[in-house]
Amino acid sequence: MKYNRVGVVGAGTIGRGVALTLALTGHSVTLVDVTQQILDDAINLMARDLKSAALFDAAIRTMHHDEILGRISASTSFEDLAWSDFVIENVTESWPVKAPIYNLLDELCREECVIAANTSAISICQLARATKREDRVLGIHFMNPVRQKPVVEIIRAEHTSDATIERARELLKQMGKTGILVNDKPGFVSNRILMLTINEAIHVLQDGVAEAQDIDAIFVQCFSHKMGPLATADLIGLDTILHTLEVLHESYQLEKYAACALLQEMVKMGDLGRKSGKGFYNYSFGRKS
Amino acid sequence: MTDTKQRIRQYLSETIPFEISDDEDLFERAVVDSLFAIQLVAFVEQEFSITAEPTDLDINNFCSVSAMTHFVERKQMKVGSDERHGFRDR
Repeated sequence: MKYNRVGVVGAGTIGRGVALTLALTGHSVTLVDVTQQILDDAINLMARDLKSAALFDAAIRTMHHDEILGRISASTSFEDLAWSDFVIENVTESWPVKAPIYNLLDELCREECVIAANTSAISICQLARATKREDRVLGIHFMNPVRQKPVVEIIRAEHTSDATIERARELLKQMGKTGILVNDKPGFVSNRILMLTINEAIHVLQDGVAEAQDIDAIFVQCFSHKMGPLATADLIGLDTILHTLEVLHESYQLEKYAACALLQEMVKMGDLGRKSGKGFYNYSFGRKS
Repeated sequence: MTDTKQRIRQYLSETIPFEISDDEDLFERAVVDSLFAIQLVAFVEQEFSITAEPTDLDINNFCSVSAMTHFVERKQMKVGSDERHGFRDR
């Protein structure tokens, strides 16, 4: 089956990336968020991202950008998702924010529509239980930046059917991506391990064991990682890191997930990484320093 | 030095914390990232009142002072030629 109409809920960094990747691969996208201002900003940012992609990708350079962006219709009304074949939810990583959206999507979307939760730590089972279609709910954890990352985590919840997993794989294939199937426990594989690594790297910095660039250099130069944990944290956003650690801490009730004091302090000061211009590194000249 | 080149050098000197030569590739030296690349496109469009079409969005047009200067001069020449032939009002 070819999925043509895809709904995307949430126009933040990942939601925009998902919407733009879908549009680039020929899908009609309905992008929903709560205010017109957020949607207007999202459209502008997607136009910028498309230009930026064209600079480095000859195939995108020859495409008609207006046509690609024209495939994305932005709306503040969840009713506009009613005819979607597939809905990908990307709202804030918070149960009180996500739960009512699952009630609403279940009520409004066609029976055969699959709902994918793009969450980094919240249990998919918990989200699925907010609907009457637990077999048609799964997790798809897209990586950032969405367009450039060809592999995602696919999360099977307790009641997710094989057919739903296959449908998700089909849509991902249409988007030029593949997925690695894992089971449903908060944080799945990627974030359960990555968040601990980043948190520990911040502890190491806080304890004065090494400077940020040297901590990262050990991962890059000794382990051949593309980026170190602190540069990765700056890319993800320190507020997101803190939030994800809090969800993991609450879910597992284990002290190892308690966020480092330095991380909490930096978030309080508004030093959120690349998006604020300052995190473990400065980005004021459009580069890491 | 042409006025175009002067204005581009001026902008870069205000945004990049060290000197670069006219032919030095900003991206090869990893001086800047892709977000800065799009900032450069916006600067060139505004400063010289030209529009970068999707086909112009080649990093080779924006990777150095010389590349940007050639790009701007080429676009200005094209706009001048289009205006002479009355294309702009069509």
